Amino acid sequence: MTAVAICGGRLIDPAAGVDAAKDILLKDGRVAEIAGPGKLKSMNGAKVLDAAGLIVAPGLIDIHVHLREPGQGYKETIATGTAAAAAGGFTAVAAMPNTTPVNDSAETTRWMQAPERGAEVRVFPIAAATRGSKGETINDYAALKSAGAVAVTDDGRPILKDAMMRETLTAAARAGLTVIQHAEDTRMTEGASMNLGPVSFKLGLRGMPAEAESRMVERDIRLVAELRDAHPHLHVAHTSTAAALAAVRQARRNGLRVTCEVAPHHFLLTEEHVGLYNTHAKMNPPLRSAADRDAMIEGIFDGVVDAIATDHAPHAMHEKEVEFPLAPNGITGLETALGLCLHWLHVEWKLPIGRVLSLLSAQPAALLGLKGRGTLAIGSYADVVVFDPKAEWTYRATESKSKAKNTPFDGWKMQGKVRWTISEGRIAFAATA
Amino acid sequence: MNPAPAAHAIRRQVTAPPPPASKFPYNPGSLLSVLDLTVDEVSRLLTRATELEVEDPILRDHILAKRRIALLFYESSTRTRTSFELAAKALGADTTLVSNLSSSIEKGESLKDTGLTLRALGAEAIILRHNSSGAAWLLEESTRLPIINAGDGMHEHPTQALLDLRTILAHLHPGITVVGEKTLAGVTVTIVGDILHSRVARSNMLLLPRMGASVVLCGPKELLPEQAAAAGPGIAIERDFDAALRQSQAVMMLRIQAERIAGLQLDLDDYKASYQLTGQRLAAQAPTAVVLHPGPIIRGMEITAGVADGVQSAILEQVTNGLAIRMAVMERALLVSEQGGHA
Repeated sequence: MTAVAICGGRLIDPAAGVDAAKDILLKDGRVAEIAGPGKLKSMNGAKVLDAAGLIVAPGLIDIHVHLREPGQGYKETIATGTAAAAAGGFTAVAAMPNTTPVNDSAETTRWMQAPERGAEVRVFPIAAATRGSKGETINDYAALKSAGAVAVTDDGRPILKDAMMRETLTAAARAGLTVIQHAEDTRMTEGASMNLGPVSFKLGLRGMPAEAESRMVERDIRLVAELRDAHPHLHVAHTSTAAALAAVRQARRNGLRVTCEVAPHHFLLTEEHVGLYNTHAKMNPPLRSAADRDAMIEGIFDGVVDAIATDHAPHAMHEKEVEFPLAPNGITGLETALGLCLHWLHVEWKLPIGRVLSLLSAQPAALLGLKGRGTLAIGSYADVVVFDPKAEWTYRATESKSKAKNTPFDGWKMQGKVRWTISEGRIAFAATA
Repeated sequence: MNPAPAAHAIRRQVTAPPPPASKFPYNPGSLLSVLDLTVDEVSRLLTRATELEVEDPILRDHILAKRRIALLFYESSTRTRTSFELAAKALGADTTLVSNLSSSIEKGESLKDTGLTLRALGAEAIILRHNSSGAAWLLEESTRLPIINAGDGMHEHPTQALLDLRTILAHLHPGITVVGEKTLAGVTVTIVGDILHSRVARSNMLLLPRMGASVVLCGPKELLPEQAAAAGPGIAIERDFDAALRQSQAVMMLRIQAERIAGLQLDLDDYKASYQLTGQRLAAQAPTAVVLHPGPIIRGMEITAGVADGVQSAILEQVTNGLAIRMAVMERALLVSEQGGHA
């Protein structure tokens, strides 16, 4: 593999506390050398990327994506989903197990990582917590972990039974895996297609109460506290309500290992964005009230939010062009995350850029224990994003590398344009012109 | 770390872009929501309803002669379907009925494809009754034809609200020809029962206050959530039926489904004791109010047979008014959309 030297840029590596003008040399898939501008020693034969005016940062890591393979290749494939990831500056994605069949085996976990899938960036499978995600029989976590699974979840089909969740947390702790919970008491959300509130009443749609999320988070935290001696790690996926976030905050004060992520749509949009039955504003958890949205922003600023994750959920166009209650949940997110985060969190609301990048790389890597990722320290994986922080642009869903175009952010202003995405030393994405 | 003070939240408002609010309707002939109509348009529709009702049937037959109107019904219906069909035929239009049973919908054809098929067959407007809220917007976006929403899930039923308005006006302001924002000032209309699941309630609560009326919603919290009062201006909640009746000049009873009451763990006898409209209750609290019901009525459930058939009942007038209103709405759908503006 050719060595790559990225020269003239501003290197921001939050994990290493670096924010300075540095050149960086990538060799054999690893970070080989970092030096002041023009001071790299061993550049012989390296391909040089001119990063003048650009930011060089650890490749972004999205710990919550749906790549739809195996079995749902008409929505997305691992190849197209990771191409979208690379275009968005991501060098690693953690893929949810709600595929066909459900990824509940070492075999499927390995299949997803095989070179034949044509992944542009590193795929870390998250395996099902229970057989078929049916919430009845626990999977073999040790085998899943050795096959490459980085966490377990029954995402979308949350584990409701206390006993099952207790068993899951215990077994995962023993195997050194994180349990990710899509927190939703599905007994309270049957037939519902948006947030319960004045907007759902007006639109005549059945609503999901905020309590369906927060009560499940509170229940899970109670179980983590009971099992304290086993040190389970609970990660709350796509937190969307103020009450759930408050529960996570309290659990952390109590010394429990509870982390959470927030998706860009939950800190930017509210239930009002459903408009007149826009199925591109339908996801689960749903867009919430303005107060909940504001709580997500505060959580990002005050640090209780550990990571920003997109919940990239591609669907075929014809699946979304149906009656709102019948439309599948989810929106794409890989290509809009950086642009939205920089525009809103950094430029508009003045969150330091290092913190934005940390929420998108160092923190998610630490959360899932992805060693050598989320940092550009010498010897770590050569996962790098190079972007122009000044560039303003408009996102066009039609130009997406994803198979799917289901996004509410079509036409939104973005800040920061990805120039190169380098995955383990290989240029996975290069902007045209 | 301490949570940031509230002032930060204000600074961090998402200022742009705003949610897409008024993308629809594409077609000026469409009637998807009562909010699509200005007060003047409502007035014109009422005027045209009266003119068309008394028009010579031979002349009336030429207004939409040989125009093609499709009725697309995903739910069973007696009065709405028949009313639209007879109204269309009274204007000379050809109609065709497609129902979810005995059509390709049963084979899994989508609403979008069904709409495109009807358009390809020459349909110039589609009357849609559908069990999903918002279905009419999807059909309009797909076909760009004038779409008349004949009931979408729990959302809206605009022609019902217009015919209810006509019925209320006939009783409270007989002979009135032009209506405006103050026509129903001082009038209280109480809507009673399963508000949560009712498209009739939603369309009425959004339409009647725009004519100056106050709408009072009445029912138990399981069927009438507090957020209903926030649906628009001029809407209040009164859970005591007698108190609501005492202030009402019109009372609209909604159908109650026994299964739904059971599903919510409400006692049917308790429900009836609190919310059934009986002759005794009506005589005691609102002896002159006009009684409406969109149908189908379940005698002995939300309303007693005596009240349904009584002198204060306008239930069958509503049905007749539906015919006149729907003629006016279909004329608007086909003629206004051709003029590319509002008639």
